[in-house]
Amino acid sequence: MSRVDVRKTYKLYVGGAFPRSESGRTYPALDAADSVLANVADGSRKDLRDAVRVARGAQAGWAERSGYNRGQVLYRVAEMVEDRADTFVDQIRASGPTRAQAKREVDRSIDRLVWYAGWGDKFAQVFGNLNPVQGAFFNISAPEPTGVVGIVSPEEPALLGLVSRMAPVVISGNTAVLLASERWPLTAITFSEALATADLPAGVVNILTGRKDKLVPVLSAHMDVNAIDAWGNGWQGLDAIEIAAADSVTRVVRPPRSIEWADDRSSQSPHMIADFTELKTVWHPKGL
Amino acid sequence: MNEKTPAKPEIAPVDFEYASSREATDLVEIDDSYGLWINGASRSPASKRYFSTINPATEEPLARIAEANERDVDRAVKAARKASDSWRRTPGKERAKYLFRIARMIQERAREFAVLETLDGGKPIKESRDFDIPLVAAYFFYYAGWADKLEYAFPGLKPEPLGVAGQVIPWNFPLLMMSWKVAPALATGNTVVLKPAETTSLTALAFARLTAEAGLPSGVFNVVTGAGPTGASLVAHPGVDKVAFTGSTAVGKAIQRSIAGSPKHLTLELGGKAPHVVFDDAPIDQAIEGVVNGIFFNQGHVCCAGSRLLVQESIADHFVDKLKRRLETLRVGDPLDKNTDVGAINSEAQLDKITELVDVGIEEGAGIYQPACELPDRGYFFKPTLFTGVSQSHRIAQEEIFGPVLSIMTFRTPAEAIEKANNTPYGLSAGVWTTKGSRILWMADRLKAGVVWANTYNKFDPASPFGGYQESGFGREGGKHGLLPYLSGVR
Repeated sequence: MSRVDVRKTYKLYVGGAFPRSESGRTYPALDAADSVLANVADGSRKDLRDAVRVARGAQAGWAERSGYNRGQVLYRVAEMVEDRADTFVDQIRASGPTRAQAKREVDRSIDRLVWYAGWGDKFAQVFGNLNPVQGAFFNISAPEPTGVVGIVSPEEPALLGLVSRMAPVVISGNTAVLLASERWPLTAITFSEALATADLPAGVVNILTGRKDKLVPVLSAHMDVNAIDAWGNGWQGLDAIEIAAADSVTRVVRPPRSIEWADDRSSQSPHMIADFTELKTVWHPKGL
Repeated sequence: MNEKTPAKPEIAPVDFEYASSREATDLVEIDDSYGLWINGASRSPASKRYFSTINPATEEPLARIAEANERDVDRAVKAARKASDSWRRTPGKERAKYLFRIARMIQERAREFAVLETLDGGKPIKESRDFDIPLVAAYFFYYAGWADKLEYAFPGLKPEPLGVAGQVIPWNFPLLMMSWKVAPALATGNTVVLKPAETTSLTALAFARLTAEAGLPSGVFNVVTGAGPTGASLVAHPGVDKVAFTGSTAVGKAIQRSIAGSPKHLTLELGGKAPHVVFDDAPIDQAIEGVVNGIFFNQGHVCCAGSRLLVQESIADHFVDKLKRRLETLRVGDPLDKNTDVGAINSEAQLDKITELVDVGIEEGAGIYQPACELPDRGYFFKPTLFTGVSQSHRIAQEEIFGPVLSIMTFRTPAEAIEKANNTPYGLSAGVWTTKGSRILWMADRLKAGVVWANTYNKFDPASPFGGYQESGFGREGGKHGLLPYLSGVR
């Protein structure tokens, strides 16, 4: 008799751990032919609120690390994804693409992580400024992370989309609560295993699988979320996100009208880091 | 010699009252009524309605102002749309020269604008004369220079104007807030429909005439006057590409909701409840001046006012005593008097709001202190006010009063100072006073605020970006960053 394989249980990723949904619910993740691949956690509203609380707790410590250190951690994430490349390729293939296409998506995801890793100790030099004000004052502006960011990941490409939106958020010192692709959730959970082994502090990135129609409104309205990344949401339903976000003047980063995820020119940019920062200006008199 | 010493002469008691030194108002001509400024000329409103604007220091009416309804707003937006095509194609160096010209003309007529600002808004003439109007000219001069240099501000990108900017501004720094919005908008090739606050429309309307004298093409700059509904019509107009708002957080949230899902771009500069942190090693006399300036500048009608004093416990009694003594020397009264430190509250409604929150402060158990100054019989005035024994949960520690009212709290450690300083939903500005450099930088890193003034307060410059964190809004005005809200293709 051939060996029976051991299948993976797909859970949430919150606070560096892999809990089940407190709701006890799952939903089936289907492949492109609608066969069941696995049962994944159906994250609840409470799971989401827990994730925001954990992300808030992790934010100050993450932001206090040097950009150099955050860059190294993100680079380590790239290493871990590279190490699991075959797993990612298999999971992407189950959603339809050919092996070659899946391989390209994984490669692109790794390269994008490396690209953003390098920005950790540089973006503030691009977006900051010494301001030549009148009078005897030293005046400097520098970007700081906005805080806790809710990311609505695109439905597809599930891995590349998630990586493309997470990396610019996290590299500046934000922490993130990420809603995985609802249709293709497996790569997100496998990605969280890469995060968990990459020296990323617990709570910096939290990934929930579940129903977006249930979770997106809660994420948008949450008073302790500083910004929402709506790229993965698209323009459909953006008004509801923005109306809910207005209750606490949450920043909503709107999607462009069309997105080419595989195109570096349209889907990776230091400006995407700046989108999730706040500019702080400090004045001090000069004198004897 | 001794026997020759003459008897001491009687010393007359010295009168320390200042002689009145009133700024002349004869250089200002105010019309009986003002139309809307649309497409380069003053127009009668389709609404056929007018409201009066008064001098808050005397409660006397100054003029009647057209009230723009939806049709009027539509005319203004259409004029701006029509002007947009040629204005955006006007070479940057030519747009620059219009703005330089405007800056120069403001300088030439600075005194006139200063007096008008004080008459209509109630701020002390020394502030409108030495702060507001010089800065207005400086903002236009600064952004004029950017108009033909945008590709250097954003290397490798293709900055393009957004189109028509609908700008809604407050009454606390009427012409200055206008310049923060209009100068970058025009420099970047956008056209503008401006909605000034209903209590302070006069300087914007005077500026509109100045733009015509400067030869600015018709329709590039338009003014629709009126209250909230006029602003709401402007924000909602489908021909507006960009909304810029400065004002209260409540209205800012309503605007954010109202344009949700639309393609309009938005920047918000909203309220604040800024912490002003004084450590025990601070230069005390300078810190006292900084704190006084932080909260009593412009009657406290300042979104970035340092309205929460956090003073280290070891020096708190001494510091508050000195602060009280300093308050006795503030001169409250006629805004036109060049000696006046604290002028008139901008409107009766604002006076009511301040009075209400001060009553709440007393009810909640905080200790109130006001100097023994006399207030004029007429007009809207409020005594500079301190509250001691304020706790974090008091409404006067959480809500923006937008008046000359300082809530005083204490702290022991820097960590506690940060905890308390950041304990509001706002995040516009903050102040720190200490002689220890490393502590300044440590504090500056942790204060949730878009502007941190260390060993100074309320300093502004066109080259310096200004704007908030959290519920104080988003987007920056001033500096290179102040160009971003008016451009596409820069990300």
